[in-house]
Order: sequence, then structure tokens, then C-alpha cells
Amino acid sequence: MKTVADSALTGKQRWERDVLEPALRKSPEREGPFTTISGRAIDRLYTADDVAGLRDAGNPGEFPYVRGIHPTGYRGKLWTMRQFAGFGTPEETNQRYLDLIAAGGTGLSVAFDLPTLMGRDPDHELCLGEVGKCGVSVMSLADMERLFAGISLADITTSMTINSPAPMIFAMYLVVAEQQGADWKTISGTIQNDILKEFIAQKEYIFPPRASMRLITDIFAFCAEEVPKWNTISVSGYHIREAGSTALQELAFTLRDGLEYVQYGVDAGLDVDDFVPRMSFFFNSHSDFFEEIAKYRAARQLWAEAMKHRFGAKNPRSWQLRFHTQTAGVSLTAQQPYNNVVRTALQALAAVLGGTNSLHTNSLDEALALPTRETATIALRTQQIIAHESGVTHAVDPLGGSYFIERLTQDMIDGTLKYWATIDGMGGMVEAIERGYPQKEIAEASYQFQQAVERKEKVIVGVNEFVQADEKPIEILYIDDTASSVQLQRLAELKQSRDNDRVRRTLEALKAVASGDGNTMVPLLECVRAYATVGEMCDALREVWGEYEEVPVI
Amino acid sequence: MSQKIRVVIAKPGLDGHDRGAKVIARALRDAGMEVIYTGLRQTPEMIVSAALQEDADVIGLSILSGAHMHICPRVMELLKEKGLDDVQVVIGGIIPDVDLPKLNGMGIRGIFIPGTPMQHIIDYITANARARV
Repeated sequence: MKTVADSALTGKQRWERDVLEPALRKSPEREGPFTTISGRAIDRLYTADDVAGLRDAGNPGEFPYVRGIHPTGYRGKLWTMRQFAGFGTPEETNQRYLDLIAAGGTGLSVAFDLPTLMGRDPDHELCLGEVGKCGVSVMSLADMERLFAGISLADITTSMTINSPAPMIFAMYLVVAEQQGADWKTISGTIQNDILKEFIAQKEYIFPPRASMRLITDIFAFCAEEVPKWNTISVSGYHIREAGSTALQELAFTLRDGLEYVQYGVDAGLDVDDFVPRMSFFFNSHSDFFEEIAKYRAARQLWAEAMKHRFGAKNPRSWQLRFHTQTAGVSLTAQQPYNNVVRTALQALAAVLGGTNSLHTNSLDEALALPTRETATIALRTQQIIAHESGVTHAVDPLGGSYFIERLTQDMIDGTLKYWATIDGMGGMVEAIERGYPQKEIAEASYQFQQAVERKEKVIVGVNEFVQADEKPIEILYIDDTASSVQLQRLAELKQSRDNDRVRRTLEALKAVASGDGNTMVPLLECVRAYATVGEMCDALREVWGEYEEVPVI
Repeated sequence: MSQKIRVVIAKPGLDGHDRGAKVIARALRDAGMEVIYTGLRQTPEMIVSAALQEDADVIGLSILSGAHMHICPRVMELLKEKGLDDVQVVIGGIIPDVDLPKLNGMGIRGIFIPGTPMQHIIDYITANARARV
């Protein structure tokens, strides 16, 4: 029988009173806490009450694209299965690429070693033990030619994870394409080229923020004219998340970085619709399944609205956020490494349900070393099983309309707008970084998470629970110092065999442009054609702009 | 005079992934130690000289890049040269099993791979740091 009090209650409140409370009295819930991996509290049930007043999510292919940028989702085209790889000499990595292509990989993704990423030649003192270890060593155009031997750049898309030296490495790629007879107007691929997240999280910066921003807007302008299909930047939350941020911080800081690049492009005189369509994003997929899906959905809406309303973009391609996803390296455990296959599969599924445009799945042994050929294959197979066996690709945005997902999505949007207001109040992301604001937020979140793990509020299977004492070690890829000695010898030979006068002239021309306001890509292409090394080109710019040093935040 | 254990936490080499170094630095500080974090891109010479200047009892190296078999021997050699043999060196990061005997042979026994509880590291340092007078 309905009482007066009943009619004042919402459906959920009535259920709580009539059904939940008696049930809780009989058997209480587990202790919890029922929070996401980011520490967000999750209610036990989401109903129509939780989404009352929210705008309808709309449909895929329509502004603001919460449900996806393609009307047909994955029915048209599956995501690109793009496995990040690189180690040792260019020849060794070239072989791995040929293997990945033969195994059905549909795009390449280059991992460079630390000397390359930091713009140092292997003979610099800080490169001790680092050459060819975390990625492939590329010193000059000669190495780029070796890396892509037998691979047609006209027919494959290549993603290159390179930031501070992005213009140098991109110039090398363009020259190899030119040598192969591929047309710059039609080749495609991505350079990461995202310096802001380096200052925030991964710390592979060379030059100070403003000079670094100029290199990026130079690439925007150059590509708009010369390489129109190239994705000029991959604004990355991946590293922010790996550094310990929450899902919300990853989303808010990454998209705010994106807005900063757009603003700098506009300030450099570019038209929004000339360069924003070639911007792309890169997110992490961590272990908290629904939180991640909500993050991707929120990202699309936030970007679409910001481009349309904040920057007045008119081209729908400027509104459409495209993104790559990588499963969370930081979630992999050195203990019981086979469990990592399961973690990665769940994370990959979240990325797919969130509508990722391309995906890298980590290998089970990556808390121990770079992956072996076998583990890299299992990682690719994980994607193929999701794509071809699970059936999740048939309907577009299959979780759209779920009370829980829509609530989480809206909360991600609201939380992001709050962070943006704070950062806007500081004058922008460059200013916020100079103050250490995002760095402090992330350091705090990562410490809180670690404390929760220590207290076992967050369980990591095989690490703080379900520990196994007698684990047998697995076989891992061990990278010795052969690559280092090969590359050191090649560097010495290169400096003997090339036209060193030409190298000097092109480096001087680079410095002249860097001191003025021309586009740095033009003299860089000449340096590359003269076989100047990454270290030499970066040193030339270090002379002009100096090097950045951070004040560490603990 | 402070009886606190003094720890220099350092990031050698080119790698900038400092989450682990920073979390450990804070955990050791919260456990009552005096922690000096060097920041990024330190050569073995810079690390040993920081240890000397700071009168460190312990050096904690965070290495994820695979360069440990080059950096560790150099740090140990420099410590010996400076007469700092009693400074305890511990490392954290991605360290393959095959390297453990060689690192132990150099006198590095505190080797902490991903997933090590922070309390374990705190206990190890407390038990093994040189006695302060």
C-alpha cells in the first residue's frame, strides 16, 4: 500500500528502504572501500535517478561525440592494432617490425632508446649503458634508413614516440620517405611531439617550455602545408597516469594540454581548422574497468565542446577527438607474470568499449624487461581475440545509456571542467607547469595510492595478496651491450665518411633560424640530409635556447 | 646531533621516470629518515659527491632503464676511492634475476623490484645502514 511518505521518495530511495535495508540487516556488505583505483567512491546501485537531468548522450558520429566519432563504430573499421616496439640496433628492430607485420599488425610504432629521446649521441657520458636498451638507437638518417629497410612508408602508418627531438626524427622519416619515392602529401603516421606531459610527468625534456612550444607550432605549420595527412601531435595522458595520477587527472591535464597547444597555434597565426584536425590523443587504460570507459567517453565530449565553443572551430574534424590507447604498464607485476595477460585483456576491453581508435597491448613480461617475440605475439593476439571472438564490436558504444556509465561520464566531465578553471586561473598550462601544479597533484595521488596498497585497501593479486613463495623465473629478453658498441663504432665512421663542412653549414643555418622566427623544420631537413646526428642538431638548439632544469617536487 | 639515518635518493642516467624514486623518498622521510633527493640525470660522480657532501649513510639508486650493470660498478668504485666503503647502496627498479649475483658480488644486497612493500625497504635500510655516532 502506498503512503504519503512513499510518494515523496524516489524509486531508488524506496528500494533502499524496502529492499536494501532489510537485506543489509541480514547480511552486511564486505568492508570495502568501494572506490575506483583513483579513489572515487562508487554507489552500490545506479538507477534512472542518477541520470535524471543529464542530457541525452546523443548518437555516434554526431556532436558532441560521446558515443563515438564514427557512426558505424567498429563495424566500419576495427581499431588499428599498433604494437610499440624497439630495441638494440636499427636492424634488430627492423626485424621485429617485419615479424609484427607478418603476424597481422596493422601499424608500426617506434620505441627509441633514451639517448635518442634525450637528444644525445651514444658517446655522451650520460649514455653509459643506455644505448639500445629501452628502445632502438637512431643517431642519424643512416639509422632511419636501416630501421625502415624493406618497409614501404607509402603503405604503412608509423607512430613515433619522440618528443623533444621530434622535429629531428620526423625530418629523418620524411627524408627516408623521399628516398623511397613516397609522396609527403599522402603518407601518414603520428609523432608524439607532446612536450607538456614531459614537463608534467615523463621528464624527457631538453629545451625550456616556450622554446619547446615553438618547435611544436613549427611542425603544425609545416605539416599543414607539406604533410597534410600526418598526425602532428599525440597529446598524451598515458605518462601522466603512469606517473601516478588518477583517471580524472589524466583526463583533465591531457585535454588541458591539448587546449594549450591549440592556443599556441592560434597565437602563432594558424587557423584552428587548419591544424586541429591533425591533432590526436593518447590515453592509458588502467585496471578500473568502468572508470576508464567513462574517461574516454567524457574526453570526446569535452574536446568537441571546447573546440566548438572555446576556439570557434567550424570543421567537424576539429571537434572529433581521435585517440590511441595503451594498457597500463604500471599495473603489470613482476610477481606471477602470467597474470598480466589477464590484466591486459581487461584493460584492452575497456579501451575498445570506450571507442579507442588504435591500441597497444602490453606483454606479460614488461615489469621485468622488454618483451620477447613470443610475449609480444600474445599481446597482439589478445587484441585479435577481442576484435574477432568477443562480439563486442558489433554494436556501437554498447554501454551507452547504462545509468552507471552515463553518471561516471558526466562526473568525469564536471571534474575536468573544475581542473580547467583552476589552470585557466593560473594563466594556462605552461604557467601551471612552471608553478609545479600538475606535478604536485600527481605526486600526491601516487603517494596516496601506494599507501592504500600498503594498507591492502587496494589489492594487487600476487603482490600484496595471493602471494606465491616458490615462483619459477620466466625467460626474458636480455639486451646486452652489442648494440652500444655497434652504434659507437658507426658514429665514429659516420663522422669520418660524411661531408663535415656541409654538416657545419646546415647546423649554422639551423641556429640562425632558431634565433629568429622562421620555421625550424626547413633547416632541420637540410641537417638531416647532410647526416647530422640527433645529438648535433639538439646541441645546436641547446646553444640557442639553453636547457631546462626542473625543481623536483616530492 | 641528529641520529637520523641520512639517505641520498638518486636517479642516474637519462631516464626521467621518477614516480618510484619520489614515492620512496617520501616514505623514507615519513619513516623518520633524512632524505635528500638529487633529481634527475645524475652521473655516478655527481651521486657519490652528493653522498659525501650530505654525509649520507645510504644511497638509493632508482634505475628502470637497464643501465644498472654500468652505473652500479662505477658508483661502488667511486665510493671506495673516496673512502666511503661503509655507505650502504640499495637499488630499486627493473633488475633481471641474472644480474643479482653480480650486484651482490659488488656489495649491493638491497635490490628491490616492482611490487616490493615500502615497509620492507624501510626495514632493510634501518637494519643495514651504518651506525651513526
